[in-house]
Amino acid sequence: MQIAVVVNGEEHVRDVEPRLLLVHFLREDLGLTGTHWGCDTSNCGVCVVHLDGVPVKSCTVLAVMADGREVRTVEGLARGADLDPVQRGFIACHGLQCGFCTPGMLMTARWLLDHDPDPSTEDIRAALSGQLCRCTGYENIVRSVRWAAENGSEAAS
Amino acid sequence: MQVPASFQYRKATSVAHALSLLAEYGPEARVVAGGHSLLPMMKLRLAHPEALVDINDLAELAEIRVEGGALVIGALVRHAELLSSAVAGRHFPILHDAERVIADPIVRNRGTVGGSLCQADPSEDLSAVFAALRAELVVRGLDGERVVAARDFFVGPYETVLADGELLVAIRVPIRPSVSAYVKVDRRAGDWAVGAAAAVLELAGGVVAEVGIGLTALGARKFVAAEAEDHLRAGPPSGERFAEAARIAAAHCAPTADQRGPVDYKRHLAGELVARALRGAVGRAA
Ligand SMILES: Cc1cc2nc3c(=O)[nH]c(=O)nc-3n(C[C@H](O)[C@H](O)[C@H](O)COP(=O)(O)OP(=O)(O)OC[C@H]3O[C@@H](n4cnc5c(N)ncnc54)[C@H](O)[C@@H]3O)c2cc1C
Ligand code: FES
Ligand code: FES
Repeated sequence: MQIAVVVNGEEHVRDVEPRLLLVHFLREDLGLTGTHWGCDTSNCGVCVVHLDGVPVKSCTVLAVMADGREVRTVEGLARGADLDPVQRGFIACHGLQCGFCTPGMLMTARWLLDHDPDPSTEDIRAALSGQLCRCTGYENIVRSVRWAAENGSEAAS
Repeated sequence: MQVPASFQYRKATSVAHALSLLAEYGPEARVVAGGHSLLPMMKLRLAHPEALVDINDLAELAEIRVEGGALVIGALVRHAELLSSAVAGRHFPILHDAERVIADPIVRNRGTVGGSLCQADPSEDLSAVFAALRAELVVRGLDGERVVAARDFFVGPYETVLADGELLVAIRVPIRPSVSAYVKVDRRAGDWAVGAAAAVLELAGGVVAEVGIGLTALGARKFVAAEAEDHLRAGPPSGERFAEAARIAAAHCAPTADQRGPVDYKRHLAGELVARALRGAVGRAA
């Protein structure tokens, strides 16, 4: 079936099978491999993207469900050479090691700061509680989000 | 890679359209709401519908409002929306207690209240909550609407009274002065319950006029501890009576052993959680 999805501001029209998952549509059909794909069971959160502005686990959404809607992926965070403050925070505070969980963490962090520019560490932990990181022990991820809050919670524009 | 088997997909544009699509595709068609229970089951090939009718565009099912003396929650309301609804929390704090511990914030952005109830998973938190609240479920089919008491909605694990082609459209909770609480024990943040208890008390003149006690994942018939309710009704809301109600609830539920714990532990938990939920509820009385 034909779908039209606006991804990071650009419309893509594609013919897809209804059973295609959004994460595979983004990675395979559009080549946007920044969105990762891990547990496949909506537990790990590496596949988080914004669907009409709301973070969702794209391994558990059908691509056809995104028809006529807007998707934002990690590739849509930076504006040209300007990294988003959450991306800069992860660099400044070593918020990643292997980087596998990072795209999902960044997308949820961006959404959190859009709704609460000054979250407590508790708020950050709660917001990220549906996402797993096997490397960092989370401490530096929480610090990275706080860094972004303190150093420009405005999205790059 | 987990991928569902092939199916046909149709987007409903209204409730009437959804009902006619369900009729058109017959008993092998399924409604998809948040998809956070159905799609995982399809990926594991535990469910293989021939057609999915997507109700995500039905704004008429996505509202929370007060109408006719009841809090009306549309079936398509997302868990996150119920959690952030001030009117829901004001009348029934138990709804916020439960939503705070259902899955994780990202799953809550997508999963729906109606999907939760229709899934009828024995571990689904809202089943016990709406059973304790004596909510009414509004069901629509091609022949019209019917109202089913939450306690009569669940037939067994993963089974409800919904007939093929019927849609749950809303959950109605009659607004009466009450205090309520939901308490859950899980193994880690965002996990399914090891066990949980819901308590709703209507207090009048120092007496428990009506009471609802729900149990999640503890093998209670229809998610309710009816014998414990009977014990509390018409008496004072005292610690002693709560302890006895907790004992009765534990004795009457039928938990099963699994990776979350053995039967003895879960039975102990049932009593402890009922006591905590009852105390938590009366603790909220002004
Ligand atoms: C990682 C994870 C953790 C979770 N943890 C918890 C938890 O701790 N506690 C908890 O309670 N839940 C938990 N859930 C389940 C979550 O609450 C789901 O969102 C919910 O069970 C189903 O809602 P849904 O909208 O996704 O339903 P769907 O998956 O779309 O549908 C579920 C079933 O209901 C039917 N259906 C849906 N809507 C309607 C309707 N309006 N009328 C008729 N039939 C309908 C569908 O056909 C399907 O059979 C978890 C889910 C995940 C993925
Ligand atoms: S791949 Fe989607 S949550 Fe793990
Ligand atoms: S940085 Fe490796 S999983 Fe998070």
